[in-house]
Amino acid sequence: MRAGPPVRPSALDRLRASRRLRTLAGAALPVGWVTLLLLLPYLFLFAHSFFRLRNGQLTHELTLENYGRLFGTALYPQTILFSAGIALRVTLASLLLAYPLAYLLAFKVKRHRNLLYMAVIIPLWVSYLVRAYAWKIILGQEGILNGFLMSIGLIHEPLTVLLYSKWAVMLALIHIYTPFTLMPIYAVLEAIPVSFKEASQDLYASRWATFRNVVLPLSLPGVIAGCTFAFVLSMGDFIAPTLLGGNDSALMVSNLVVSLFGVAFNWPLGAAVSVVMLAMTLVLLTLARGIEDRMNYGGPAGGPADRRAGGQGPTVGRGSLHA
Amino acid sequence: MTQPILQLQHLTKRFGSGVAAVDDVSLDLAAGEFLTLLGASGSGKTTTLRMIAGFEHPTDGEILMDGQPLTLLPPFKRQLNTVFQQYALFPHMSVRDNVGYGLRMRKVARTEITERVGQALDMVQLGQLGDRAPRQLSGGQQQRVALARALVNRPRVLLLDEPLGALDLKLRKEMQLELKHLNRQLGITFLYVTHDQEEALTMSDRIALMRNGRIEQLSGPREMYEQPVSRYVADFIGETNLLRGTVVDGRTGGPADRRTALEVAGTVLECAASREWRNGDPAWLAIRPEHIRPATPADGTNRLDVVIRDLVFTGVVTRVHAALSDGNPLVLHWPIGQPPPEPGATITVWLSPERGRCLSD
Repeated sequence: MRAGPPVRPSALDRLRASRRLRTLAGAALPVGWVTLLLLLPYLFLFAHSFFRLRNGQLTHELTLENYGRLFGTALYPQTILFSAGIALRVTLASLLLAYPLAYLLAFKVKRHRNLLYMAVIIPLWVSYLVRAYAWKIILGQEGILNGFLMSIGLIHEPLTVLLYSKWAVMLALIHIYTPFTLMPIYAVLEAIPVSFKEASQDLYASRWATFRNVVLPLSLPGVIAGCTFAFVLSMGDFIAPTLLGGNDSALMVSNLVVSLFGVAFNWPLGAAVSVVMLAMTLVLLTLARGIEDRMNYGGPAGGPADRRAGGQGPTVGRGSLHA
Repeated sequence: MTQPILQLQHLTKRFGSGVAAVDDVSLDLAAGEFLTLLGASGSGKTTTLRMIAGFEHPTDGEILMDGQPLTLLPPFKRQLNTVFQQYALFPHMSVRDNVGYGLRMRKVARTEITERVGQALDMVQLGQLGDRAPRQLSGGQQQRVALARALVNRPRVLLLDEPLGALDLKLRKEMQLELKHLNRQLGITFLYVTHDQEEALTMSDRIALMRNGRIEQLSGPREMYEQPVSRYVADFIGETNLLRGTVVDGRTGGPADRRTALEVAGTVLECAASREWRNGDPAWLAIRPEHIRPATPADGTNRLDVVIRDLVFTGVVTRVHAALSDGNPLVLHWPIGQPPPEPGATITVWLSPERGRCLSD
């Protein structure tokens, strides 16, 4: 056979061969996307929080007076604390609901496990608005709950305290964010080998002692992750308070931001409140991340990844709970 | 006879489908004994162990410890400890806390815990590594921690579920000797589960070979190697030649020196038998490679012509792969010092009539 002309690598071949070029090409789209739709808006927001509002007109003079007003007026810190209080209670309630359910799913349910898990997850596919509205239908004066209570004769007049209260807001938020709490908890519980529980029982620990000493500590990273989800998401929520909150409580901090940007047309102050919230969220996420990392034991000891001699994984050297 | 420490009586376990994973297993363990449950995967050995530990409930039968029924007790109330296949060390605790876990759960005094954990770690030569996390240890070290974690509780019986399976060969050999040594030294009864027949032969006082949920043979390692009760056992333990044949004389000798003559590939061969056989019955002649050698003029009977196929030098012996006239393979160990044959040559070999055994399936 005759040798043909030498084959030269095309530009595409060069691209394929170069690891760096390939990485860059692959990263271009997501990086561009994040920059355009996330980083730039945040930058604008940050900048606006230092602009001055003069006679209702936005100027580009730099000032700190927005932050001064934010921290100087009782309303803003109070609203932030109020929201944090709501979010904290929602988080605790979600945890109390999600943990036992996740435990059942991970350890007790053998058949239909995926079905049950889907039953928890599927509501997430329903629009948030629909789910929030559903509570209006349940809790309203002509609502399902009032109708039921009246039909069994427990009450004679419809209760008006059900809807438009911070309780209604919390109820809806718990309903909406419990699956977010459940998912990470379920993930860590499911990853705990049954042999850990058996080893614990083999070593004279009762079921409860096994839970307290083995299962619970190993599931804490999931608990932290789930609680962070619930807290951050419900703290920033403004739809449930808008739809279900009463006069006393319609104002979560996000509602405040909405009205500052919208009704009051005070973008700089709205931006300042947003920046403060953003900072709080970042601090919280960083803390949670730090705790999770400290409790990440690199999977079960003796697992395939740990069987290599020395077992010097990347997480070696970080403290453990009992160190 | 002294009271056995552990007794299994007609132990049976059926899972959902109705097939018995463990089928009417009865077994007595003497105090201090090293007994191995040996079998292929699915033979029921692990399920048996798990029932003794309390992780599975028997469908039928009883487990007794020191004569007391154990079956209804939860695992945490049984005076025995388990070394798990993947060690199951708690990843969120230091080595020391892992080893002390059982003592803490039993509310042993803190000073005593410290002392006993220290002793246990010294015993498995890990005295310096108590503060490490399990994942910072090698597989062999983790295995020792698991051992210390079980032994520190001074169990009446130690259950070991394929504890050496994840280790490399050299380490495994070391640990086998170490386990045997610990068994002798501490006087703790060991019940060991493995699928590795060599491991079972090396360590055990007795071996229970399991097949389809039943005990096929229960005997000492030497007896199991030399006097397998069935073709399955002969095949499972060590290397063996299995020659299909027909009984032509099944009634020679008494109970002490019973013999059977089999016709294999047109040749009549004599071998040992544990019972009388009916003439015309199909049977297997099981004979180990080391019990076959080139025939000498003095060998009047049990001669067999084979064609040499291949020679494999393994260091200790030269293994000769040959074929019978019917094409079936035969492996023998060539005597040291004799010139090996050429592949393709036809030679006559002699099969030891004392060592060959007549077996059924």
